[in-house]
Amino acid sequence: MTKSMTIDHTHYRRALQRTPFHDRFVALSTAEEWMAWNTYKVPRVVDKLSTEYFAVRSSCAVMDLTPMEKYRITGEDAREFLDRLVTRDISKLRSGRVTYVVWCDDEGKLIDDGTLFQLGENNYRLCSQHHQLDWLLISASGFDVNVEVETHDVAALAVQGPTSYSVLAAAGIDDLDQLKPFDIAKLHCGEIRVTVSRTGYTGDLGYELWTEPGDALQLWDAIFDVRGRYDIHAMGLSALEMVRIEAGFVMPGFDFNTAESTVRNGYDRSPYEAGLGWVVNLDKGHFTGRKALQAEASQPARRRLTKMVVEGNKPTAQALIYDRKNGKQVGEIKCASWSPILKANLALADLEYVDGRQPSKLWARIDYQRELKWLSTWAKCHVQSKPFYNPEHRSATPPARF
Amino acid sequence: MGSHQADARHRCASLVWNDRKSLDTPCHASRLAGFAAMKDRKTGSMRTDAIIIGAGHNGLVCAGYLVRAGMNVLCLESADSAGGMSAPRTISDNYHFPGLVHAAYPVSTALRRDLKLEQFGYQPGKAIDTIALDGNGDHLTIGAERVSGAGLAERDEQTYATFRKQYLAYARTLRPLFENKPPRLKDMAFADKVTLAKLGWNIRFGLGREAMNEFLRVAAINIYDVLNDEFEDDRLKGAIAVDAVMGSAMGPRTPGTVLTWLQRLQGELNGPMFVQSGGRSQLVHALTQSAEDAGATIRFDAHVNKILIDNGKAFGVELSTGEMLKARIIVSNADPRSTFMRLVGAPQFDAMFTKRVTQIRGAGVVAKLHIALNGKPEFTGLADPQLGGRLMVAPSMKYIERAFNISKYDECSEHPVLEITIPSVHNAALAPEGHHVMSVNVAFAPYDLEGGWEEQKTTFAYKVISQLGQYAPNLTSLVVDHEFLTPRDIEQQLHAVRGHWHHGELSIHQSFMMRPLHGAAQYDTPVERLFLCGAGSHPGGGLTGLPGRNAAKRILELGGAK
Repeated sequence: MTKSMTIDHTHYRRALQRTPFHDRFVALSTAEEWMAWNTYKVPRVVDKLSTEYFAVRSSCAVMDLTPMEKYRITGEDAREFLDRLVTRDISKLRSGRVTYVVWCDDEGKLIDDGTLFQLGENNYRLCSQHHQLDWLLISASGFDVNVEVETHDVAALAVQGPTSYSVLAAAGIDDLDQLKPFDIAKLHCGEIRVTVSRTGYTGDLGYELWTEPGDALQLWDAIFDVRGRYDIHAMGLSALEMVRIEAGFVMPGFDFNTAESTVRNGYDRSPYEAGLGWVVNLDKGHFTGRKALQAEASQPARRRLTKMVVEGNKPTAQALIYDRKNGKQVGEIKCASWSPILKANLALADLEYVDGRQPSKLWARIDYQRELKWLSTWAKCHVQSKPFYNPEHRSATPPARF
Repeated sequence: MGSHQADARHRCASLVWNDRKSLDTPCHASRLAGFAAMKDRKTGSMRTDAIIIGAGHNGLVCAGYLVRAGMNVLCLESADSAGGMSAPRTISDNYHFPGLVHAAYPVSTALRRDLKLEQFGYQPGKAIDTIALDGNGDHLTIGAERVSGAGLAERDEQTYATFRKQYLAYARTLRPLFENKPPRLKDMAFADKVTLAKLGWNIRFGLGREAMNEFLRVAAINIYDVLNDEFEDDRLKGAIAVDAVMGSAMGPRTPGTVLTWLQRLQGELNGPMFVQSGGRSQLVHALTQSAEDAGATIRFDAHVNKILIDNGKAFGVELSTGEMLKARIIVSNADPRSTFMRLVGAPQFDAMFTKRVTQIRGAGVVAKLHIALNGKPEFTGLADPQLGGRLMVAPSMKYIERAFNISKYDECSEHPVLEITIPSVHNAALAPEGHHVMSVNVAFAPYDLEGGWEEQKTTFAYKVISQLGQYAPNLTSLVVDHEFLTPRDIEQQLHAVRGHWHHGELSIHQSFMMRPLHGAAQYDTPVERLFLCGAGSHPGGGLTGLPGRNAAKRILELGGAK
C-alpha cells in the first residue's frame, strides 16, 4: 500500500509508539485490550483469547513482532565478538541460519536470551527480550565491530500455526517448502522484499517475516487477503504467553530476574539455574561468564527452573511449592497456564535442590477464589523434562499443505 | 610427614631461598615441586617454567626470585638491553644518562639480601639534598632532617624535622600493605588477614592514639591542605608537593596526594634518596647479573607479539619473528592494558573485565629532557657541591597547581615544574672530560597534547631549556645536544601504555586491592598461568622492585595449585 509510511519517531508526543501494523490491529480489535511492549502499543487481546490461542494451535495466527529489540552486528570481528558474547558455540552457524542464544555477565548470570540471525558474512541480527545496547557496547571493547539498533527500522510479523506455511504460500511467498526450522530466506511477496525465517515463540510451525516499515501494510494485506480460504487471526500477547509455556520457552525478566536488573545478592540466575544448560558450551573457548559457569558446573546444582504439570485446574500462577503437604517450601511457580490443547495445568517453577538433587515430592499450595472467597488447596506436581507441547508438524519439511 | 615429603621439603629449602625467612612465605614443598625446573622427558633439554615478558626492573626482580626457587626462567626483552624505563640512555655517543629514573631510593634490604645485589655491584649513591630553586638565588636546601636557606622562617625550620618524622612514621605504618600482595576483601586468605592485622596493629599501636587520629585524617586528603597547615614558606611547600604529584596527573589540591606522597616515602624507609649515576652500581645492572648468575636466561631484541592461550590457560608466547616459545607460566612485566588487550586480546576475557581494563586511568604527564652540556652549568646562588643535589623548579604549590591545571585541557604547562639532576657530578664517566649530562623531569606534559607532539616537541624542549637558563645563565651556551622524551615517546620506546611512569595512575581507586583493577589485583589474572609483575600492579611504580617481588611470592604460593 503506501510505501511512504515510516516508523513514527515523534514518540515523545505520545505515551507509546505505534508500529507500522497498528492501524490494522485497530481495525480488527474488538477487545480493545492494549498494552505496552518496549515503548510500543500492542494488543494484549485483539478479539478473543481462546480464538487467538486456537488459531496458533490449529490454524494460523499473526502477531506484531516489531517492538522486539533488534540489533545489527557487523564488522571484521563480528563473529568473534558474538562468540565471546553468548554461551553457545556459534562456530558452526552459517549464513541463512538462526540459533537460540543466551548471554551472561562476568559472574555467569543471565542477562538476556534471544535469537541470532546470520544474514551474511560478518553480518548478524540479534533479537532480544530486553534492551541490550549498553551490554553490547560494553562487550564491544577490544573488537572491531559495529553495533546498531534496528528495532525501529524493521517491521516484523510472526505468522504461526499449522497452516502458516499454506497461508504464506497463498499470500504469494513462494519457495518456503524447503525452508527448514531455523533457516532464513530472502524472498518476495508480490513486489515487496521480505526476509523470512522459520522461527517463532509458539512451539508450532511458524515463520517470522522481516521487512521495511514502508512495506509493512502491503505485507499484512497480502496475508489477510487469503482470509477467505484460511482461518487467520490477529493475535495478542496473552495468547502468546499461553503457547510459549506449552512450548516450554522461558522469558527472561519474568521467569527469572536478569542480572542487570538484579539488586539483591543471589536473586539473579545462571543459564543452568534457568534450565538452559543445553545452550552453554564450556569447551568452545572463552566467553563472558565462562569461568563462573565452569565453577558452577563443578558444584552440585542449587536450583533449577523446572517444567511441571500441576494436578487439577486451579490457576497456579503465584503458588509456592513444598516438599510435602504443609512441608518445607522448596520453590515457587514463576509462570503458569492452563493448556486447552493438553487439558493440563502447566507451570515453570524455580525449585531449590537439596544436595544437588531435585526434591522427590512436590506439592503446590494454591490459593484461589470461589465467588470472591479465598480458599486454599494442595495439588501434586509432576516434573516434565521435555516441552509440554511439541507436535511433529512443527518441524516437518516440507510442511503439510492445507 | 612421610620421608618422600621430607625429602622434597629439604630439596626445596636448599633450592629455593637461601634465606627463607627473608621472603616470609612458608615454603610449600609439594606446591613448589609443581613449578620446579624439570627436564623434558622426550628431548632431555630443560624446559622453560616461566617466561617473563620484559626485562624492566620488576621483571628482573621476579626472574631473580623465581629462578632461585628452582624454576627455569626465560626473560624476553624487546630492547637490546635490560631496564625498561630505568635503562640507561645515551645521546651523541658520549653522553650517558641513567634513564627515566634519575633519582631513586635504595631498594629494600630484603630484596638486596635475597637477590645478593651488593655482590653484583649494587650500591646506592650518597645521600643528596633537594634544592628548591628560587629566581633570585635565595634557594632552600632541603635535607632528610633539616631545611635551610635565606628568608626561611624559624618556625618552618623547626616544624620540618617533626613533620618529616611524623610522615615517615605513617609511611612505616603502611609498610605491610606494600610489601605483600593486596588483601582480598572477599574470601580472604590467611595471609591477607595477616597483612590487614599488621596494618591495623601498626595504625593503632605503632602510631599511638593521637598519631592514629591524625593519620586517618590526612590519609585520603590532599597535600595542599596538609602543607598549608604546617608551613609558611612557599618554596618549601612547593618542593615537598612535587614529590606528591610528580608522575601522576594530579596537582597538590587533588585528593589522595597525601597517599601518593606516603607511597613515595616508602622508599625513604630504605635509605636516603640518591642520584642514579649509571655503571655497575645501577640497580638494573645488578638485577640482570643476579638473575643471570642464578641461572635465568635473558634474551634481548625479543619482541613478544602475543601470549598464547589454550582453553583459558597461557602456555607460551609468539615473538615478532613468528618464533613460538612455550612455558608453564607467563609473567608479564608489561603494563596491564597492553598485556590484556594487545598480548592476550579481548576474546579471552569477560566483557566487564575487558571494559574495566580499557578504563584504567593513566595517561602520562611527565616528559624527560636529557641535555648534553660541554661545561658545568652555573646556577646563580648555588655552590658547586649543591649541583649534585636534586634541583626543583616549583616555587610554590600554586605554581604546581597552575602547571597541572592546563594539562587537564591537553595543553603543556606554560611554566612547567622541573626536577633536575646532573648525574655527571656523581660519575664523571657519564660525559667526556669536563662535560656534563643534565636530566630533567618536566611536568606537566600531557600524553594527549592538543595539536600533537610532533609539531610542538622541539619548541617545548627549548622553552624548558630557556626556563632553566633563568636559574643557570650559562646553560643555553653549553648545550651540545638534547633528547626530549614525551609521554608518546615513552610509550613507543619503552612500551609503557600512554607513557605513564606507573603503568596506571596511583589514585586511591586504582590502589591496593583495586590495582591494576578488580579481577587481577593479586598478580594472577583471569587467564590461568598468566601473571602480572609490573608497576601496574600493587604497590605501583617507582624503582622499588616490590611488584616484581610480590608477584614472585604469589606465583610460588599458587605453584602447586594448577
